[in-house]
Amino acid sequence: MNSHRRQAIERGAAGAPLCAVADVRYAPPRRRSVARRKATDLVIKGFSWIGASFGIAVMGFIVWEVVVRGAGALDWAFFTQPTPQDVTSSAGGFANAIVGTIVITGVAALIAIPMGFLGGVYLAEFGRNGRIATGVRMIANVVMGVPSIIVGVFAFAIIVKPLQHYSGFAGSVALAFIMLPVMARTTEDILNLVPNELRESGLAMGAPRWKVTLGVICKAARGGLITGASLAIVRVAGETAPLLFTVLSSPYWMTGLFGPGGFFGGPVANLTKTIYDFSGSPYPQWQELAWGGALVIIIAVLGMNILVRLLFQRGKQW
Amino acid sequence: MVGTAVDEPTQMQSSATVIPPRLEVAEDRRGAGEDFAALPTEISVRKLDFFYGKEQALFGNHIEIKKNRVTAVIGPSGCGKSTHIRAYNRIFNLYRDQKAKGEILFDGANVLSSQIDLLDLRRRIGMIFQKPSPFPMTVFDNVAYGLRQHYRLSRSDLSNRIEDALKRSAIWDEVKDKLHQPGNALSGGQQQRLCIARAIAAEPDVLLMDEPCSAIDPVATAKIEELILTLKSKYTIVLVTHNMQQAARVSDYTAFFFQGRIVEFGPTTKIFSNPAEKQTEEYITGRFG
Ligand SMILES: Nc1ncnc2c1ncn2[C@@H]1O[C@H](COP(=O)(O)OP(=O)(O)OP(=O)(O)O)[C@@H](O)[C@H]1O
Ligand SMILES: [Mg+2]
Repeated sequence: MNSHRRQAIERGAAGAPLCAVADVRYAPPRRRSVARRKATDLVIKGFSWIGASFGIAVMGFIVWEVVVRGAGALDWAFFTQPTPQDVTSSAGGFANAIVGTIVITGVAALIAIPMGFLGGVYLAEFGRNGRIATGVRMIANVVMGVPSIIVGVFAFAIIVKPLQHYSGFAGSVALAFIMLPVMARTTEDILNLVPNELRESGLAMGAPRWKVTLGVICKAARGGLITGASLAIVRVAGETAPLLFTVLSSPYWMTGLFGPGGFFGGPVANLTKTIYDFSGSPYPQWQELAWGGALVIIIAVLGMNILVRLLFQRGKQW
Repeated sequence: MVGTAVDEPTQMQSSATVIPPRLEVAEDRRGAGEDFAALPTEISVRKLDFFYGKEQALFGNHIEIKKNRVTAVIGPSGCGKSTHIRAYNRIFNLYRDQKAKGEILFDGANVLSSQIDLLDLRRRIGMIFQKPSPFPMTVFDNVAYGLRQHYRLSRSDLSNRIEDALKRSAIWDEVKDKLHQPGNALSGGQQQRLCIARAIAAEPDVLLMDEPCSAIDPVATAKIEELILTLKSKYTIVLVTHNMQQAARVSDYTAFFFQGRIVEFGPTTKIFSNPAEKQTEEYITGRFG
């Protein structure tokens, strides 16, 4: 019997049933209720709609309010004049603050993006599941969750306190500290999406690991990497808390690098802190400037987000 | 109750008639008449064991890969074919928990020794993967990749060699106007031939091919098979395949793997017409795997 069965199976290729199964018919099981499935579907859909609409409504309200109140402030002077020195002068804009924010954020990006990128490459390509990589990854995750004001205090302690003065640079360091883990983890996640076959193909050509990593893997992932870097910048561009303890603000233009008005030498005008100060002031024209500043930040952040996503929509596929 | 087959149990077929006609080995397969021992050996594998972590995947593999011959590696899924050839160029070193033990002698040195120069080893032993994997760069730069890595070449020499490699890979006519377009804009079959061009441009001695045709259509497959036959005058080729006809069509020698062991190795004509082992016979006649 057993051997017959085996031969039957062997004959499978020649047309007989491949697997001989006892000919038993089960009674058809009871179907699940279709009405009930549809109802569940509807309820879940409803809740998702409510949740999503609520979020979008709040967002829309904020943007709307800022546009209505801030649009009036955005004139030529706003983008060319420094912040008003005193209440009596009606002239004044936010130009010094805009420049300051661009410089502070730019320097932060220069520090954090290359370091974060290399860190991410290490995590994804070299450390992988090693003990060091696991530790670094955990620390990065923790640091990403630290409130940004704590980062500001940290930068205060390591830069402002020893140098005994506030500076734009201290603010850049604080922002860089926030960007670093974001950049590293994003880089890691994006590199992990690159299939291993590509790594193997590169290595199989006799190229050293670092060359394959930079020339093939990172190249394949470049869209995603650039998106990640841009989003890391956008993430900190609107930060205020880390600047409170590091940059303060200034009603003047930044004057070069060193000296009390310079990037390394003293407080530097910047958008978020100036908005904070002006919105709390009792003078209506200052408050209007603050609304204008808020609108500029929202437009810049939103614009960069959209631009990056449009440019690198294909960023995650190769 | 077991089905109709029980009623008329078939006789075990005799080994002479085992091969369906479609598996007929082509006339010019040389593996048949020649003196195996007298042929120069390119790679000789001795007592090769392989481990994925604690799990052993290869057990005492022993095989001689002959120069300028096509050696086919066949066997059911999961029997260790890929694992076996991935030891030749030590590509498994990418993964920390994978270890090989034993000897793979290539050009007088043990590939598995720590003294071996991996970059040069991989220049000399090229590899083609199952999934075409062009680099994210132009067709030209893809083929130039290995050349630039291993040789100092003048501009004109470089483009001559690239043209030559693309011609030998039977893809030149299809890409000669697309040299500066991205490699992954080609079709799957073209991509695979591009990868072959990329591998042979670097002037290797051996080409390892791991199911190079499994992701492409029959026409492209035919092209690659033809290509393999022309390439063997210059290179030693090891071809892993699931396609028995393919092994029969292009290879001179065939190794049959089963559960991490090389069950049988010999001239392709012999393996397909008169296998010595029962497992080999059952596999090539489609009884399992
Ligand atoms: N990365 C891995 N980690 C652990 N075990 C693995 C790994 N890759 C393969 N194996 C095991 O090693 C054995 C041989 O696998 P291998 O990939 O060499 O088979 P194969 O003959 O190439 O199969 P296929 O024809 O499906 O490609 C299998 O049992 C498989 O489960
Ligand atoms: Mg395989």
